[in-house]
Amino acid sequence: MASNTILLSISNLKVYFQSNDEIARAVDGISFEVYRQETVCIVGESGCGKTVSALSILGLVPIPPGKIIDGQIIFSGQNLLTLNETEMQKIRGNHISMIFQEPLTSLNPVFTIGDQIGEAVRAHRHIETEALERYCIQLLKDVGIPSPEQRISNYPHQLSGGQRQRVMIAMALACDPDLIIADEPTTALDVTVKAQILKLLKSIQKKRAMSVLYITHDLGVVSTIADRIYVMYAGIIAEQGDTNQIFRTARHPYTQGLLASLPSLSKRGKRLYSIPGSMPNPAYKPGGCPFHPRCPHAILTCREEFPEMCDYGEGHLARCPVLYKR
Amino acid sequence: MLSFIGRSAVQKIVTLFFVSIVSFLIIHLAPGKPSQIDPLNPKFTPEVVERFRKEFHLDKPLYVQYAYFYRDLFTGKTISWKDNQSVLQKIWERFLNSLPLFVVGTLITWTLSFPVGIRSAIFRGGIYDRSATFLSYLLISIPGFFFAYVLIIFVVTHFHVPVIGMETFGIGDASAVYLFMDRIWHLLLPSVLGATGGIAVLSRYVRSQMLEVEGQDYIRTARAKGLPEEQVHYKHALRNALLPFVTMFGLILPGLIGGSVIIESIFSWPGMGRMAYEAILARDYPVILTVNFVSAVLVLAGTFISDLLYLVVDPRIRL
Amino acid sequence: MNTDQKNSYTEPPLIPKRTRMQEFKRLLAQNRLAISGLLIFIIFFCCAVTGLFLTSGSRPVLDPAMVRLQEKLRPPLAKPNLESLHPQEIPVFGVYLMGTDDLGRDVFARMLQGAWVSLTVGFVAVGISVIIGIFMGGIAGYFGQQHIKIGHILFMSCLFLGLGLVLFKSYFTGTVLLSIGLTYIFYLLSVRNRSKENGLPILKAILRKNAITVDTLIMRIVDIMLCFPSFFLILTVVALLPASIYNIMIVIGLTSWMGTTRFVRAEFLSLREQDFVAAAKALGIGNFRIIFRHIMPNAVAPVLVSATIGIASAILTEAGLSFLGFGVPPPHATWGNILSNGKNFIFDAPWLTFIPGIAILIVVLSFNLFGEGLRDVLNPKLRERH
Repeated sequence: MASNTILLSISNLKVYFQSNDEIARAVDGISFEVYRQETVCIVGESGCGKTVSALSILGLVPIPPGKIIDGQIIFSGQNLLTLNETEMQKIRGNHISMIFQEPLTSLNPVFTIGDQIGEAVRAHRHIETEALERYCIQLLKDVGIPSPEQRISNYPHQLSGGQRQRVMIAMALACDPDLIIADEPTTALDVTVKAQILKLLKSIQKKRAMSVLYITHDLGVVSTIADRIYVMYAGIIAEQGDTNQIFRTARHPYTQGLLASLPSLSKRGKRLYSIPGSMPNPAYKPGGCPFHPRCPHAILTCREEFPEMCDYGEGHLARCPVLYKR
Repeated sequence: MLSFIGRSAVQKIVTLFFVSIVSFLIIHLAPGKPSQIDPLNPKFTPEVVERFRKEFHLDKPLYVQYAYFYRDLFTGKTISWKDNQSVLQKIWERFLNSLPLFVVGTLITWTLSFPVGIRSAIFRGGIYDRSATFLSYLLISIPGFFFAYVLIIFVVTHFHVPVIGMETFGIGDASAVYLFMDRIWHLLLPSVLGATGGIAVLSRYVRSQMLEVEGQDYIRTARAKGLPEEQVHYKHALRNALLPFVTMFGLILPGLIGGSVIIESIFSWPGMGRMAYEAILARDYPVILTVNFVSAVLVLAGTFISDLLYLVVDPRIRL
Repeated sequence: MNTDQKNSYTEPPLIPKRTRMQEFKRLLAQNRLAISGLLIFIIFFCCAVTGLFLTSGSRPVLDPAMVRLQEKLRPPLAKPNLESLHPQEIPVFGVYLMGTDDLGRDVFARMLQGAWVSLTVGFVAVGISVIIGIFMGGIAGYFGQQHIKIGHILFMSCLFLGLGLVLFKSYFTGTVLLSIGLTYIFYLLSVRNRSKENGLPILKAILRKNAITVDTLIMRIVDIMLCFPSFFLILTVVALLPASIYNIMIVIGLTSWMGTTRFVRAEFLSLREQDFVAAAKALGIGNFRIIFRHIMPNAVAPVLVSATIGIASAILTEAGLSFLGFGVPPPHATWGNILSNGKNFIFDAPWLTFIPGIAILIVVLSFNLFGEGLRDVLNPKLRERH
């Protein structure tokens, strides 16, 4: 059950990328909050800016070519965007951790997993070597890796994909963070392994009373673990609400389109719906509402005015005045 | 692992065998005869020429000559045709001369390239990187003999130190310190010259390896763990970037017998390069073939060591 | 969601579309290194071509070979001593633009003549090495896994040995081996129509066995070539053969193909597994067409880079050879032999050393810069970030 204290609050974040003569507006003014002990999902297709948003929380966006134009990221009373590198290092891995999509390339191939987990601990805590080893073994147990005493001296290439992702999770948990950001951690995994990892994340979240910010494009995953959902499109938030609100009563044409294109038994035998067109190039976004070229409900004002968020109550907001007026 | 070593060794020996045949053929195929047996050479009467031919089996068919040569080589009895010394003896003497040049040159190259390359990569695009890059291009492009003369002019006019040869002519019984400093001065320029090209190439390579590694995902993970920048660069990135260089280490070996002919000519340094050069001119077959053989052995041994080192260093290739 | 509703899908704003070539040119134009390299090269090329015209023929405009002993070792921009010269000996511009050498020859004219030599040596040598490299690398990469049978090896070596021995005047053994080789080839060619095994089944089994793959064979040849220290090899051949510019070019080309082979082979090995090759094969396209039309354009990138850098190194090698006395024979001027002549007068006439030296430096630098710029442009991983 989510508490009412805000852990992380992002307001009007804008991150642009400069390459040659184009400016790609990857994140174009998003605002969201993560409360304590909840799982928030950011959903969107590839290219909508969700990964960049996550990276900017930890200051991992490569600064040339990227640039943070505007916005605030408030965590524990501090604006993370104003911190210098040393102060950020105290937060990374310590209060906020991150796990990434590709576990094989995200682990250093020449160090053992014990080494890599251990260094995550030692970066923020004073602990002697023996205690460290026991702690790492315990972490591996917590994430469900069998025979951790042997595994601790394995190299990443000696583990399977699911196990590597568990190692990443262990590294992220090493210093008991308040928030874990998970950037599509199960996309590269098999379906059964995917389910296991999701279950693991859910149980860890409950046990350690953490928050999880989960980034994905997979609506199935979202429906399983999310408390609240933010739907992103072309660098902006199109709709936000809790799981029920989004899945039962989506109020933005994009969200509706996404849900309609999910295959299900009831659609068996019928032609599968897909939203026409594709996500715009972040450097060449349409004026007004970025979704309007693909939107079945678009009217003239959609092309000219950028739509404001419309409140449907109880935390459900959608950025479509056309549907709001109906 | 052992089977890999065994197979590799066998392959190298077979290659060596073919190299010996090819070098033998090249030498004998080339037009022109060794000066000693050239009928046009006025110093030798026909009888002497004939005796020479018989002595060195030059009248026998090629494969017999081949057999004789390699028998002599392996028993250490090859004689130079030019000055009748034992070939191995000659090579050894010249080797000892070339060795300090090589050692100092390699040391300078390897100890300077890495810091420069690494720093260039970490501060990519900065002043350091751009000036190091510019300097590297300059050093790669400058012809060695030209640079040598530039340096000679500079050192001689500014420091008034003799630089040609291995030691100052007529230095006689000067004190040990003086002798030592003299040697150092003479050694300095040729080794620096030999090293400059190497530094330029190696530091660029180090830089590009570091850059490639720095772009990898695990570096991002390391940062996300909150590790300080020095650890990210010097522990995570470096360890991966240096992998190929460990194997390059083995390839230093062939440099032992190389020796830039040009540098040695300019500085009148009696080294391996010049010996091989003079042997080629005089068609001193035994010397040429021996040098070739030794060089091939070193190259193959060097690659062998590189392969081994790579096995040891990269955990992904444990067999 | 009413899927039958008419979709008012409008076109998104137009993104400028660029073909691969245009993208490549654009990136290249932004890379300052490459552009400066290219510019210098163009200047050099024009100089070389004009130099060729101005200095060749029996009555050249600028004569590199005219000896004027009374004017030896004059510094650059020195005015000629008009009283001691015949009218046709006076330099064209009224001054010795780059001074004279120890025989009173006009250094400027000699530099122009040498420019053409450097250019041709660089391009021809690298051209040869690239052709050999692509050929060997392509075959090793594409046909690499095919085996050569023992029978083939045995009889091919008989053929070559026989040929060689005949050339070396060991006539008897030579002809014997040669005939064995030739008979086997005829046998092979004719046996295609026969399907039955007849006689000597054990021998046939041995002869049919796979000995070595094409890939291993070619890589071993590369290894053998690599065992020879290249400068010595070039020196050996050039010292032993009659001195001529063609020999130098061919020799440099024949000794530097190994790097290209390795690159091409690596590219082919990885490209061969890609889907577009499988698709081409499924369509029934023949092997050679696949290699040349489909794979080769993709594999060309590292070859291009190593070719430009190879030209730079070929020019340096030629200069080195000239310096040692093995280059193009005198009186033809090359930058290397101007330097070589000048080394004896280094304190009296430093321009004889500096002018060719700096010229070589600039030209080689331009090639290296262009090559590195190409490499940055062609390798997306190392692209500069703005």
